[in-house]
Amino acid sequence: MSKDKEREPLFSSKNLKLLREPLGENNPITVQVLGICSALAVTVKLKPSVVMALSVVVVMAVSNVVVSLFRKTVPPRIRIIFQLVVIAMMVVLVDQVLKAFAFEVSKQLSVFVGLIITNCIIMGRLEAFALANKPWESLLDGIGNAAGYGLILITVGFFREFLGSGTIFGYPVMEKLGIYNIGYENNGFMILPPMALITVGIIIWIQRSRNRDLVDKS
Amino acid sequence: MKQFTNRYIFTFATVMVAAVALILSTAALLLQPLQERNAEIEKKRNILASVGVEATEKTAEEKYEEFITGSFALNSDSEKVEGADPFEVDVRKEQRKPLEEQLFPVFIATLEGGENSYIIPLEGKGLWGPVYGYISLKEDMRTINGVTFDHKSETPGLGAEINESWFEDQFTGKKLFEDSEFVSILVQKGGAGEGDPHAVDAISGGTITSKGLEAMLYDCLVHYVEYLKNNSN
Repeated sequence: MSKDKEREPLFSSKNLKLLREPLGENNPITVQVLGICSALAVTVKLKPSVVMALSVVVVMAVSNVVVSLFRKTVPPRIRIIFQLVVIAMMVVLVDQVLKAFAFEVSKQLSVFVGLIITNCIIMGRLEAFALANKPWESLLDGIGNAAGYGLILITVGFFREFLGSGTIFGYPVMEKLGIYNIGYENNGFMILPPMALITVGIIIWIQRSRNRDLVDKS
Repeated sequence: MKQFTNRYIFTFATVMVAAVALILSTAALLLQPLQERNAEIEKKRNILASVGVEATEKTAEEKYEEFITGSFALNSDSEKVEGADPFEVDVRKEQRKPLEEQLFPVFIATLEGGENSYIIPLEGKGLWGPVYGYISLKEDMRTINGVTFDHKSETPGLGAEINESWFEDQFTGKKLFEDSEFVSILVQKGGAGEGDPHAVDAISGGTITSKGLEAMLYDCLVHYVEYLKNNSN
């Protein structure tokens, strides 16, 4: 139907925006406030945060493409079930592949793999974007949103591990710097769930004070 | 909007489910041998870790052959059972059987210097899922040589700390017996008393996991008490 229409370049500015926006002004966690629950659960240490972020990127990118490919054949009445099945299938596949080829990582992830299914960002993007757009755009949108999610996860994980346990990726940074000798102690509160919420809150605060457009007018 | 008939919806749903089932079962079947092998290597690494032998995924088999010099399974009367392969015994499955039918595996490691160490598998419950591990005893069969714990789904930074060395190292040198009475090891909230030979520090924020671990130690080891007493020297 659009044979004479000029083909849009793969990385047009519109497409790049799909990748870039979720990292900043349309971040799924800090702006849309989605996926908070898993952001709290997995960010005690940096390593699970990173692995979780990567797994979400894979699951989200592939699910978005699959749903987008089937967008014209899925009956709207069972589209939610279809989305759930696709996400669940991807999560089980990721889990199985990790168990076979990266056993150590899969042990690290343990419960978190299952948690990906409950991540509202994925379902939200499938419903809001992939069902109405072409596979390529959906792929970019999926990667962008998952990366935006992962960015916050890794930031929160970094501060919680650094301040809570005094380590980064398990490496005792505080100890090596000799901070303990001058009377510093790890803040045990940082490893408890409420501090994840407060850390996310601080990130939101900083982001909104720099970008006034995000502030809710009402 | 395009209309879909009920027939189409049912067909779509059926095909979708069948396709997904096919994909997942194919993946599971293809990956199963790799996964089982990983699980076996993991088990060998854990057994070795309890006696302080570090093995990587590649060296596990070799080191297992080198250090683990014997193994046997006991029944509930502390008699050795012939014809049972202790490595194949799944302790978690055993625990669901009636006591008389249960098998209790023991692995013997011969360490550098020729000293024997007796390794006993442990299985118990944490907060969110199973916790498990191995405990190795010195030749006197009452002093702990080392332990290794792991878990399926405890909270990172809290209960999951049971597999960290600061926690595991506390057990080395602790005693399971007070004179000839079995007392196991207490995992004490607020910290074990200085020099207490039967207690270790619990994990702050991980109380339920700590208590589960304590129960696991008692429940698993209590079946070995007779054997340990009769064979200690």
